Amino acid sequence: MNPSVDALRATFGNAIGRAVVARDGETIVTVGRDALGEVMRWLRDSAGHCYDYLVDVTAVEYRDAERPIELVYFVRSLERRVDLRVKVDLPKEQELAVDSVVGLWAGADWLEREVYDMFGVTFRGHPDLRRILMWETYAEGYPLRKDFPLRGRFSRAEQVRQALGANPEAHYSMEELAIAEAFDELPEDMKERLRRGERGKLPFSE
Amino acid sequence: MNKRTVELELATPGLDAQGRPVRVPLTVGGTGGGEVAGQVAVEPGSEHMLLNIGPQHPATHGVLRLVVELDGEVVVRCIPHVGYLHSGFEKLGEYRHYNQIIPLTDRTDYLSPMANNVGFALAAERLMGIAITPRCTVLRVIACEMSRVISHMVWLGTTAIDLGAFTPFLWAFQERERIYDLQEMWTGARLTTSVTRVGGMMADIPDAFVTGLRHFTETFPKTLHEIDGVLTRNAVWVGRTQNVGVLRREEAINHSLSGPMLRASGVAYDLRRDKPYLDYETYDFDVPVGEHGDVYDRYLVRLEECHQSNRILQQALARLPDGPVNVDDPRVILPSKSRAMSDMEAMIYHFKQVMEGVKAPVGEAYVGIENPKGELGTYLVSDGSAKPVRWRIRPPSFINLSSLPKMAEGHLLSDLIAINASVDIVMGEVDR
Repeated sequence: MNPSVDALRATFGNAIGRAVVARDGETIVTVGRDALGEVMRWLRDSAGHCYDYLVDVTAVEYRDAERPIELVYFVRSLERRVDLRVKVDLPKEQELAVDSVVGLWAGADWLEREVYDMFGVTFRGHPDLRRILMWETYAEGYPLRKDFPLRGRFSRAEQVRQALGANPEAHYSMEELAIAEAFDELPEDMKERLRRGERGKLPFSE
Repeated sequence: MNKRTVELELATPGLDAQGRPVRVPLTVGGTGGGEVAGQVAVEPGSEHMLLNIGPQHPATHGVLRLVVELDGEVVVRCIPHVGYLHSGFEKLGEYRHYNQIIPLTDRTDYLSPMANNVGFALAAERLMGIAITPRCTVLRVIACEMSRVISHMVWLGTTAIDLGAFTPFLWAFQERERIYDLQEMWTGARLTTSVTRVGGMMADIPDAFVTGLRHFTETFPKTLHEIDGVLTRNAVWVGRTQNVGVLRREEAINHSLSGPMLRASGVAYDLRRDKPYLDYETYDFDVPVGEHGDVYDRYLVRLEECHQSNRILQQALARLPDGPVNVDDPRVILPSKSRAMSDMEAMIYHFKQVMEGVKAPVGEAYVGIENPKGELGTYLVSDGSAKPVRWRIRPPSFINLSSLPKMAEGHLLSDLIAINASVDIVMGEVDR
């Protein structure tokens, strides 16, 4: 058992849930979702623990539909060569949301986007939370959820129809068009189609 | 006279008031790209341009799309778009037996398929608590290091081409071809090797393999020295790579970089040494570490890693023990065809394995291995059935690529190509 777990319990008390040793010998500690941000900051910054490296962020949904979705953070202390796995339980009947750790590790940026893309977990405070592997207009849901069928929600014919009907300008995000200050120069009909929300809401239309 | 003016205008950006061409200095400062980028004055209020590179572009090393905001030639912001090669491997894995997932791992990082096979097999074995045989351990080390050599050769060749050096590309790909011949000899496939099985290997090495690999390890350093001679002190190469795409030590750690990218920034962390697997701690090899964290240091680190891989290959060949390759456990390893057809018990085991698969106990395991691109993690969660609940690949080049916007900021557009090349991405793995 990783000694950081006892130190975590001493500092955060009830926010720290069960701690077990996984089959590969690493310690898994479960953390209440509201304490996640503080726990991660403490793990990164406190002397003697110093988990300065974020290895991975991912999520697990079990086949048992009752079990909560687990967020898994793999952290590592490069100095001490020690790993720790932090888990957060997200019950499915509640909102799937948790604080982002991008402020602590810039490397979490794309990893959290991927979890959002694949599981639909929202990371509060993420600077740029949008889909990453699937395209932005993808409407079939979250592919790695267990209720998502292996072949996708839409039929092949529907997928092809949508692909053929996609707007070419949809290849640029609103953010990108705003960079180039190109949005104002777009033809009226194109602007209208973009406004109608085939790409979701415009960031500046509200 | 007018004609002459037109010619000059074509050759130079403009004329001054006297009608003389305005000369643009070819080099600024003269010590490298970073300073050039720093000295290009960004005019306030000047118009920015949005440039789309890819997804089909030779310099993006696959179907990567970069949307770049440019101020003149200076990259103000770079927004990568990935996912064009997304195949849902992780989802597919949830519907496959453990051994059936191994062919999927070939197709993630397809420039080092054997190392991916090893990474997955190690994680599955740790989950199931299987100890592999000594011969298998050494064979897997050979598989990993061969992969490192070919992956670094592809990186070296394509990066050199991106920066205008064609010759090293040919040398590097020739060497890669020789490894591919060995892979073909061993597995029957050049690219999609699927060389491991849970608890062992798909096959033992054939007779001529050791001789062939030994010959390779003897002659390979010569090519490395030639590449070293052409590039390392080459003025163009140095000018295009030094001080370009610098990530300092703290930034590299904060961006979760791994592999040669992390080590080039001065962090001496190599999973083979610091979290050993496959008895890597018993091999004698050095971990090259860079100092400046720029493209040039990444090149030096990878070049030296090829030398070190060669050393490891030689040691592995010298110590390769005899004995079985697969563990002696009929629940995990398929019986031979002749036994399955003649022995009742073997046939039952064969049937159960093929139809039901190898069951893993409830629990989870993560194994990170030092792939050529960085830390390839395989995270398996099992609920006791023969198919994993979750198979997660920690993709090194995906995470390394996420630092590209940070690295490219403030550099010239042409440097963006060099920086992108230095990350060593393979889109099969980025998108999975």
